[in-house]
Amino acid sequence: MFGLTLVPGLLVFLMLFGLFWKAKAILAVKPIGRLLLSSAWRPSRGEFGLLPFLAGTLAVTVVAMVIAVPISLLTAIYLSEYAPRRLRPIARPVVDLLAGLPSVVFGVWGVLMVVPLVEKLARLFHTYSSGYSILAGGIVLAIMVFPTIIHVAVEVFSSISQELRDAALSLGATKWETVKKVVLRKSGQGIVAAVVLGLSRAFGETMAVLMVVGNIPRVPHSIFDAGYPLPALLANNYGEMMSVPLYDSALMLAALVLLLVVLFFNSLARVILVRAERRAM
Amino acid sequence: MKGNGRQANDQGRGGGQWRRRRAEEGLFRVLMVLSLLVVVGCLTLIVATIIWKGLPALKLSMITQTPKGGYYLGKEGGILNAILGSLYLAGGATFLALLLGLPIVLYLNVYARRFSRLAGFVRFSFDVLWGVPSIVYGAFGFLLMVFFGLRTSLLAGIITVALLELPIMSRAMDEVIRLVPRDLTEASFSLGATRLETAFKVVVRQSLPGILTAVLIAFGRGIGDAASVLFTAGFTDRVPTSLLQPAATLPLAIFFQLGTPFPEVRERAYASAAVLTILILIISLVSRALVRRYTRHTIR
Repeated sequence: MFGLTLVPGLLVFLMLFGLFWKAKAILAVKPIGRLLLSSAWRPSRGEFGLLPFLAGTLAVTVVAMVIAVPISLLTAIYLSEYAPRRLRPIARPVVDLLAGLPSVVFGVWGVLMVVPLVEKLARLFHTYSSGYSILAGGIVLAIMVFPTIIHVAVEVFSSISQELRDAALSLGATKWETVKKVVLRKSGQGIVAAVVLGLSRAFGETMAVLMVVGNIPRVPHSIFDAGYPLPALLANNYGEMMSVPLYDSALMLAALVLLLVVLFFNSLARVILVRAERRAM
Repeated sequence: MKGNGRQANDQGRGGGQWRRRRAEEGLFRVLMVLSLLVVVGCLTLIVATIIWKGLPALKLSMITQTPKGGYYLGKEGGILNAILGSLYLAGGATFLALLLGLPIVLYLNVYARRFSRLAGFVRFSFDVLWGVPSIVYGAFGFLLMVFFGLRTSLLAGIITVALLELPIMSRAMDEVIRLVPRDLTEASFSLGATRLETAFKVVVRQSLPGILTAVLIAFGRGIGDAASVLFTAGFTDRVPTSLLQPAATLPLAIFFQLGTPFPEVRERAYASAAVLTILILIISLVSRALVRRYTRHTIR
């Protein structure tokens, strides 16, 4: 049993080590700076610039967070501060269910509803878009990260002692003022952690985004352009990666970059949450 | 609330400021309710759209037959291979993850001292692993596969998905096992039970509903995940009969069917998505029912 407890930690290191070991082949030939900052992606000619994919991932993630953060936080505040008691046991399963839906289902829904919607929206702004775009990816992603942010935020809010709220209310503050000046201020760091966790979730999501984002390896210039996020690159090319020299190494480097970014965000969020929990005790 | 600590006077000093405070309150109340409606509405909209688009295309033959020749061009057949493949894969992976995860979680809660460094580190690792995207598990599973000389197969898929499920299941189990009252384990120790007996006969029994939910959550994730099996489980039109054969999975079947240019096949993708969604809904309902049923055995 004791031996087994070392498995999770070991797994993290094995993943890092394994991907790095595979990515070494391409890192030995090309400087890391050129790989990350070049936008030339022509595997058959040995050019593996990851910039379009990094930009694609960043763009979808930013759009998703802009949509998801206010909506999730307001929902979380409502559920923890305002909602009548009867509503709470209903709200939780709904959020859980949203978290449990497979990403392919989100993708199919995105193709059916979000893509046509974005196409119409683009016409409204007098630009052309096929609908398969950064915006479509961002919208689908936003819905997928709702549950993550809501869950963590509700937990953070509920760890604040009721006495603080009562004190504010007894001084004549309105409910919203209590939320703004007591609950939100007291849980600032926890909110950051909730957002960061949502962010890292969005960063690595693959199938749903892949299905609606267009997959054109160019740096996108508007949210109506198609993009090509890093996870989609991995998912689309696993089949041919063994046939071109260095291709598999380049893809494993992409996976390594993804893992490093997500590990950084996750560790950051967890450290913040653990600290906040300790302070609350 | 611009004035510092003069709240008591606000109402006395003309309604202006008070009215503004009330307006702000009202505005945010409306925004919050709207946000909640958006979240709930999205879920309803997604499930409704998938079922509404999928059910008309769903025929009995789709879930009872494997693909016949030319299925992906719109000919006869069904997706039984993918449904069974997904069930095998998620079943195997969930079993493996439970085999690994339950001892770890029990160790953390029964054997390790409170606030031990090791327990903190393991929980931290689980948290971090929970956030690792499934495509990275896929890439890692692929590396393992190459390292051990396996080909794309049910086994490789099971191992990869088990790794993906491990943190999801363990975190959920840890959350409920943590809630087992300390008095209960101490009472068990005082009666002369060993730690192992206490772990399985008291702690597991006490938190059985939670453990079941954790297992079902992980199972649902295993069925629904596509990115991790893309590299490792392969795809085939036949139902796998051994662990070393490749296996089709439902999410990938949806993905591939949606990628074809034929409208009939795309319709089938919607139908397959409806099947997957219904499966997930059933799992979620079953887990709720089980929790209610098995809560009877716990001591409060």
